[in-house]
Amino acid sequence: MAPTTSIRLATDIGGTFTDIVLETGSRRITTKLLTTSDRPEEAVVEGTRQVLAEAGLAFADIDVFVHGTTLATNAIIERKGARTALIATEGFRDVIEIADEGRYDQYDIFIERPRQLVSRELRFTVPERIDVTGKVQVPLDEAQLRRVCGQLKGKDIGAVAIAFLHAYANDSHEKRAAEIVAAELPGVSVTLSSAVCPEMREYERTSTAIANAYVQPLMAGYLHRLESRFAAEGYTKPIHLMTSGGSLATLETAARFPIRLVESGPAGGAILAAHVAAERGEPKVLSFDMGGTTAKICLIHNLEPYKARTFEVDRQSRFIKGSGLPVRIPVIEMVEIGAGGGSIARLDALKRITVGPDSAGSQPGPACYARGGTNPTVTDADVVLGKVDPARFAGGKIRLEPERAATAVSEVIGKTLALATDMAAFGIGEIVDENMANAARVHAVERGVAVTDHTLVAFGGAAPLHAARLAEKLGIKRIVIPADAGVGSAVGFLRAPAAYELVQSRFQRLDRFDAAAMSDLLGAMSEQATALALAAAGDRPLFETRQAFMRYAGQGHEIAVALPNRPLVAEDAAMMRADFEEGYRKLFARHIPGAAIEVLSWSVLVSTTEAKPAALTAVTPAPAPAPTGTRRVFDAKTSRPIEIPVYAREDMTPGARLSGPALIVEAGTSTFVSASFDAMLDAGLGLVLTSKE
Amino acid sequence: MTRPTRRSSEIELQVMWNRLIAVVEEQAQVLLRTAFSPIVREAGDLSAGIFDRNGNMLAQAVTGTPGHVNSMAESVKHFIRHFPVETMKKGDIYITNDPWMGTGHLNDFVLTTPAFHKGKLLGLFSCTSHLMDIGGIGFGPDGTDVFMEGLYIPLLKLADEGRLNETLMAMIRTNTRLPVDTEGDVYSLAACNDIGCARLAEMVDEFGLEDLDELSEHILTRSREAVLAEIRKLPKGRYSNAMTVDGYDEPVTLAATVTIADEGIHVDYTGTGPVSRRGINVPLSYTTAYTVFGIACIVGKDIPNNAGSLSPLTVSAPESCILNAPKPRPVASRHIIGQMLPDVVFGALRQAVPDRVPAEGTSCLFNLNVRGETEDNDLGNYGFTMTVTSNGGTGARPTKDGLSATAYPSGVKGTPVEVAESITPLIFWKKEYRPDSGGAGRTRGGLGQTIELGSRIGRSFDLLAAFDRIDHPPRGFDGGQNGAAGVVALASGKKMKGKGFQTIPPDDRLVLLTPGGGGLGNPKTREPAALAKDISEGLVTPDGAKIYRGA
Repeated sequence: MAPTTSIRLATDIGGTFTDIVLETGSRRITTKLLTTSDRPEEAVVEGTRQVLAEAGLAFADIDVFVHGTTLATNAIIERKGARTALIATEGFRDVIEIADEGRYDQYDIFIERPRQLVSRELRFTVPERIDVTGKVQVPLDEAQLRRVCGQLKGKDIGAVAIAFLHAYANDSHEKRAAEIVAAELPGVSVTLSSAVCPEMREYERTSTAIANAYVQPLMAGYLHRLESRFAAEGYTKPIHLMTSGGSLATLETAARFPIRLVESGPAGGAILAAHVAAERGEPKVLSFDMGGTTAKICLIHNLEPYKARTFEVDRQSRFIKGSGLPVRIPVIEMVEIGAGGGSIARLDALKRITVGPDSAGSQPGPACYARGGTNPTVTDADVVLGKVDPARFAGGKIRLEPERAATAVSEVIGKTLALATDMAAFGIGEIVDENMANAARVHAVERGVAVTDHTLVAFGGAAPLHAARLAEKLGIKRIVIPADAGVGSAVGFLRAPAAYELVQSRFQRLDRFDAAAMSDLLGAMSEQATALALAAAGDRPLFETRQAFMRYAGQGHEIAVALPNRPLVAEDAAMMRADFEEGYRKLFARHIPGAAIEVLSWSVLVSTTEAKPAALTAVTPAPAPAPTGTRRVFDAKTSRPIEIPVYAREDMTPGARLSGPALIVEAGTSTFVSASFDAMLDAGLGLVLTSKE
Repeated sequence: MTRPTRRSSEIELQVMWNRLIAVVEEQAQVLLRTAFSPIVREAGDLSAGIFDRNGNMLAQAVTGTPGHVNSMAESVKHFIRHFPVETMKKGDIYITNDPWMGTGHLNDFVLTTPAFHKGKLLGLFSCTSHLMDIGGIGFGPDGTDVFMEGLYIPLLKLADEGRLNETLMAMIRTNTRLPVDTEGDVYSLAACNDIGCARLAEMVDEFGLEDLDELSEHILTRSREAVLAEIRKLPKGRYSNAMTVDGYDEPVTLAATVTIADEGIHVDYTGTGPVSRRGINVPLSYTTAYTVFGIACIVGKDIPNNAGSLSPLTVSAPESCILNAPKPRPVASRHIIGQMLPDVVFGALRQAVPDRVPAEGTSCLFNLNVRGETEDNDLGNYGFTMTVTSNGGTGARPTKDGLSATAYPSGVKGTPVEVAESITPLIFWKKEYRPDSGGAGRTRGGLGQTIELGSRIGRSFDLLAAFDRIDHPPRGFDGGQNGAAGVVALASGKKMKGKGFQTIPPDDRLVLLTPGGGGLGNPKTREPAALAKDISEGLVTPDGAKIYRGA
């Protein structure tokens, strides 16, 4: 981003807390406020006032403002979006319900399909048909469309999604339909599938268009209110929005495509982890973000988080794939499981300890919060095991009662299994750590990666407590716990590039490659993406990358192949074939000689280059600070409590080293250093845990 | 340094059990990622599992195909009989596609790899997946014996201490229309077992184990006890049911008697019709798989599959009935009948636990197997071949309506219209819910769908039909109505057959109406609000609503 001497503000609205981070040169001021759900901009403005006051600055002094929010996601989960109608191709009214015809749980015959944002009553069709080549087979029946609009009048419709078959190949019918809807239903916001997701696969595209339409009136209203509130306070520069893809967009783009804002918080966390990796020259990182409800794990290679092109919102059932509403947008790829501090532990029919996916949340919260919760949670287990200082939890804001934790763990787990309370608590911790380790392993294998040679970057309130054991289970030798881990997402926002990525489906067989047509397509995409990126980039230089998503004819999965940033010529087909085959060999060890190859989609990414942070200087070893005390913790090896020293993180100076087992406490969290790790504070104030092996 | 043998703690055993399940899931992921066969990647037609030295399955990946639930488990026992464990060497791989020792048809290859660590056999990894072509007359029900259905591989060594059996690989390559894909899939199966072996070795090192004996004992005993505890909650007794389906050229009756006793549930298929002349016959291993899957959906669905949880569930069928077809009967399309078995079992279990059991559903896949010319005349009559997976409705559930256009018991996924149109010269004119197709009831059956398609380029195309429930729709129960029967026809009006090769003329369209699920309970007792919603959403037409009002 801009030079580091500038005044930079980042705000992240989560479900419970709104995090504010102000950076002025090398100084960082942070605060956390309760989210003001009715008017979310209130907490943002109030929090900003607080940090500005502490820095002695005013709104007008802010150079850069980056904002992320979970409002779009919450609007979908809580079904608080606009009353939305769908207009689709005749014969295809049920695309979103027929979906992929699969069941997300093999054995449960009582599963529920995802709740739709648009009921069948509000799904309309009109005669029109474009074929796979983009040719009009049936012209748009405008008279019928006007009749549909007539039916929609008086139905209190706030938004309309238009999703026609093959609209990614030819958007003329959708565009014409939008004109008619705008004329017939003034004031109603309209989303076109060809604009929000010009990709093949009607289910995902229609679902994305509907989700965007559903949140658009709400998000556009909120974003413009935020803009005017900040303007009234004196900030008149652009507001940048964090997107799920880990890049920044302008407020206008975000108001048009608010669906791109879902998961902006976790994306900020991944960007922070990438930055932590860059400072320390870590080529392979596993980012581990564990909060109250879920744990999120993300792979970062060569300082770039893995990206995906689809995401599911509002999974109905235990985070199971396929139980949510798919949205096809650029996202940072992560696996999210129901494993957080609040995750509830219980015994199943086989007397096995299970943890999560449901969470005690903040009300009633873990048993030790003494707010009426009686279910043992991961936090309760951590308290019983001695890893949490009851007096300093959440910066001392919540006073914990360890006896209640012990009672819950003993009643629900210990007694049935005839285990002592600390052994039962150890079991809860082991199972949740094992669940996270298994999720990480399976996620890595889906990407063809072995995790053992990765560095774990751990942040979020609960991650530093569990990072050491997770690393042991994964065979990981190195862990970094950055400073201000509790507001990691917002810190990450300030490290994100300004960018826009477009993906467009256009079917092409390489053996009949139409170089001129594809050059035109890529040229138009480049122009559009550049315009959108430029708006967010200011005068910073942009770079562009182009890709084709290719596969053997008839296959199911595509491989991304890089393309040159110039018009394509017929001879490029041979280069694309060679590059595809090389990519295929890398993934699957062999290619299929002579088989036909097809391109499904094309992508153009236009982005600023973020200056890589300077590598940290080496630190000279410094002595460990004096412990602030000791704690009794349960030792798994001997099944006995042992005394371990407790250190305050703020007492450590760069270079300070100490050896596990130990506990290092700070305001937001505490880090458990197991017996197999040493800990050291590095020049970037990151706590680095290194395996003793 | 070897650690003294010690007993693992309860927590360690639980963690290791979770780990084994994660290992087989990882094994399945590797297969999914590397398979050449589209049906594996798209539909998850594969399985993977770990076994102890006695051939007891300890964990199995949950994938898209219940047909592999314990048919694969049995195949490992066949391998052990043929290649005794004391003769197994590190680097050996065993292979078969024997329908009677594997998973029911020649298209499924089963590979088993012994897992050695520090010179000691810990256990075995096994996996199976569906290969697209294994020669013969191709994948369809038209064969009249198994030898017409393709290359038949007995229990053989694919690798001997790491040396690949080149003779066998050459035989495989030479006997398929897709030599590259088929060879690639064999390597992919071998690789997924290798991953399992590596992960297992890491686990025993981490936990300081000498063998898996204690863990195996823990898993099998705990699982068996849990299933038995669930069974003991059921009313004991013998419950019978029969269901008739279309068959190939004559109707087939599937009859079952389910005996619930303290020591387990036994299903016997006495009374079931004779073997068919065509390839819709079912080997007993596959019969057992879908039967057990059906039971497991009703009893103990949260208990993971392993030899312990499967052992209280047993299946028998008389020799030479269609559900225990002997070699060399044709069996390629054994899934058409096999997928009906959960419905047959449900009919009996409904008498014992009516509040847990749905009405009959479509059950068989309604896949459009199509082929024909493309615009490139040089590609001949079969310029394209495509299977568009699609489904009907499932049966009404005691507390909920059935699921519309959803695969059950199969777990495959449907094909997007835009994708199908991108790889064929076909164009779909309709793919939408079929109103009134869900059997009326207190809870309604899931709806089928109407699919209409033709050629985009003015050519004819072929349909290789393998549909059922055209003459015998899914039945409703307790006063619930039957679901609508399936229909295969031309848009011009002519009815078509449910099975076999037929041609759609260039100027006509194929119309497929998939069946709806059966209803449960008297339609007049349906919640008025639920009926009103169905009507306002157009799932039930004003005409179709009459039965709910007793008109």
